Amino acid sequence: MKFAIKAALVAVTCVAGGSAAFAASPENGRKAFVTHGCWQCHGFEGQGSAVTSNGAVVANTELPFEAFEGFVRGTNRAMPPFREAILSSADLADIYAFLHTVAKPKDPNSIPLLK
Amino acid sequence: MIDDDSARDDSRTKLNRRKFLAGVAVAGAAATSAPAGAVTTAEAPAVPTRPSALPPNAKVAAAETGTPQEIKGGHEGGRPGSDFMVDVIKTLDIKYMPCNPASSFRALHESLIDYGQNKQPEFLTCMHEESAVGMAHGYFKAAGKPLMTIVHGTVGLQHAAMGIYNAWCDRVPVIVMGGNDMDAAYRPPGVPTFHSAQDINALVRDFTKWDDTPVSAQHFAQSFVRMYKTAMTPPYGPVMMSLDAGLQQEPIREHGGEKLYIPRYVPSSPPQGDTGAVKEAARLLANAEHPVIVVDRAARTPNGVKLLVELAELLQAAVVDQGGRMNFPKTHYLSRPPNVVGQADVIMGLELSDFWAVVNGYVDNGDDGVGYNEKKMKPNTKLISINSAELLTKSNYQDFQRFQVVDVSMPADAEATLPALIEAVKSAIPDSRKDAIAKRGEAFKKASANGRENVRKAAAIAWDASPISTARLCMELYGQIKDLDWSLVASEGNVSNWPNRLWPMEKHHHWLGRSGGYGVGYGAPASVGAALANRDLGRFSVSIQGDGDLMYAPGVLWTAARHKIPLLSVMHNNRGYHQEVMHVQRLANFRDRVAYLGNDMAPLGTSIQNPDIEYHKLAESMGWWAKGPIKDPADLGPAIKEAIAVVKSGQPALLNVWTQPR
Repeated sequence: MKFAIKAALVAVTCVAGGSAAFAASPENGRKAFVTHGCWQCHGFEGQGSAVTSNGAVVANTELPFEAFEGFVRGTNRAMPPFREAILSSADLADIYAFLHTVAKPKDPNSIPLLK
Repeated sequence: MIDDDSARDDSRTKLNRRKFLAGVAVAGAAATSAPAGAVTTAEAPAVPTRPSALPPNAKVAAAETGTPQEIKGGHEGGRPGSDFMVDVIKTLDIKYMPCNPASSFRALHESLIDYGQNKQPEFLTCMHEESAVGMAHGYFKAAGKPLMTIVHGTVGLQHAAMGIYNAWCDRVPVIVMGGNDMDAAYRPPGVPTFHSAQDINALVRDFTKWDDTPVSAQHFAQSFVRMYKTAMTPPYGPVMMSLDAGLQQEPIREHGGEKLYIPRYVPSSPPQGDTGAVKEAARLLANAEHPVIVVDRAARTPNGVKLLVELAELLQAAVVDQGGRMNFPKTHYLSRPPNVVGQADVIMGLELSDFWAVVNGYVDNGDDGVGYNEKKMKPNTKLISINSAELLTKSNYQDFQRFQVVDVSMPADAEATLPALIEAVKSAIPDSRKDAIAKRGEAFKKASANGRENVRKAAAIAWDASPISTARLCMELYGQIKDLDWSLVASEGNVSNWPNRLWPMEKHHHWLGRSGGYGVGYGAPASVGAALANRDLGRFSVSIQGDGDLMYAPGVLWTAARHKIPLLSVMHNNRGYHQEVMHVQRLANFRDRVAYLGNDMAPLGTSIQNPDIEYHKLAESMGWWAKGPIKDPADLGPAIKEAIAVVKSGQPALLNVWTQPR
């Protein structure tokens, strides 16, 4: 249920992002996130790493889809580019949708081990 | 026999065995046409050079070149040379000898366990020479004392070579000896020949500080003490001795008529920086607006940490700890992330293996498919280096990295130089700068608190994920060891540096650094070696164990169980050679190709899955308490609790935890 609501929100969010994002499937996005190797540096939940993504967290990214796609296609070279030849816009839209279904991080003050 | 002072009595003319044998060789050549005894003055040069000894008669020549009567048929008769070697070794108080047995040092092996009663050193059975060296590597970093190992001629040394290379790059002393059947005329036929070589030391000469091949018992005594002293003089490093099998088995003989002696070991004082250079460094630091101290292997001892704190507080300077050792308390407000070098006007590097990379950035894959460089420091930033590694460079393996021009360069030991530098800085700080320095400290206190908050927030992301996040792995672990005198003996496989970012590392033994050469396979044996040292020191050892690292030589698990070495090994099992996972993916992307995964998660050849390795069963089979695979984060805490109870009872325990990639 929670997932369905989130997916609906993603669809709404992505309307503004263009036609590719409109039909996005978070479920397919989760698979694409793995098969295209995004998880390698960003973790399976898009949580990022200080050593492999310079701390960048892509889960629930605040970037609009166009900016997100622009970065993924060109990157800053520290991240290898994913051009259309290897990652379709449809898959990328699905990945974007998946990233908006990831659970929001907990408040560290609510985690006894992080106090 | 063991008379140190006799070593100094060199004034008497001695019948040196080597010179004597040279004489024998001359006689032997003449004997092709006549008996050795028939060599006459007529055949000698008109003006003889100083003979080292009178030419021997045939009986003496035969006795010298043949197998001595008393040791024919098994080298029996008389006290063996290897017993004397044990006497020598015992003077240096080497507590353990991790070792894989082999025939080329059977004589010394037997002497160590029987004549030497298996004490100082105690023989620890290893299943791979790389494990033995790795154990010695980890032991030194926890105990501050070196161990020795003996390896088998050619084959054992080749196994050991990777471990020796790691020790070399990590500036760690390890005493390695290689059994070698040098006398081709007498060594057993077959396998021993494959396992011998003219110069086994050549294999590791490029990454050892010193090596030797003694040809007499007395030579052994001198060289063993020398190799210990060399290894233990900063910059530390591994040393190598080729040990002839025949020499081990020969009965003890007087050395040219002189009683054998054992030289006394006197430690060398570490090299300190030049007074003028120290003064100039102090002047630059005292007058800097934003001084930054970058450290890698600066604190050789716990005292090094205290000295660094004193210097940093005196200057209110940011300290960037690269983590080669626990140099600076992570809880200190002056402990700062690497990006502070961007604001610096003076940067002092202490025992850096790569100063260039401190002030430059490198981005993989530029326009031409190769990496490109970016400057990270401001123009006109002054650089100071104190680095003992400059005293020991070799050509073939250039672990000193790229050349970085610095303004003040001291090829000296940083820890030994710090007291003089601290005094010089005290004198150099002008009164007019004192307020500004104090204000700098206040700003760092604020930045430190903010930094800590950001790290906590980052750790909370994916806290409940499965596979388990590396932040959760580390904090579940820390939550249960925090009240113990813990020591993180290794963290291989990269868990995004969470322990260094979140654990309150303050003591020198809280963090022992990494492998040095980044040769995978260090973590498991170094953890066991360090845990051995910590066992004797009453500390609790924990290791974050990479999956790929463990499989290089998992037999070290058996060694830990066999010798009752308590160690909590928590696996960071991300089911792949993850660095390589990313490298292959990276290349595929830059080439616009879809990386082929086969049936795995990662590019073919980089995954460790299908089948998944059941590390907990592997450990159990070798006598460890183990549990796994743990995939649900809720199960992790209780499992760690159980494992800690086992380790406290004196046994090793392993948890196989499925984790996020980094």
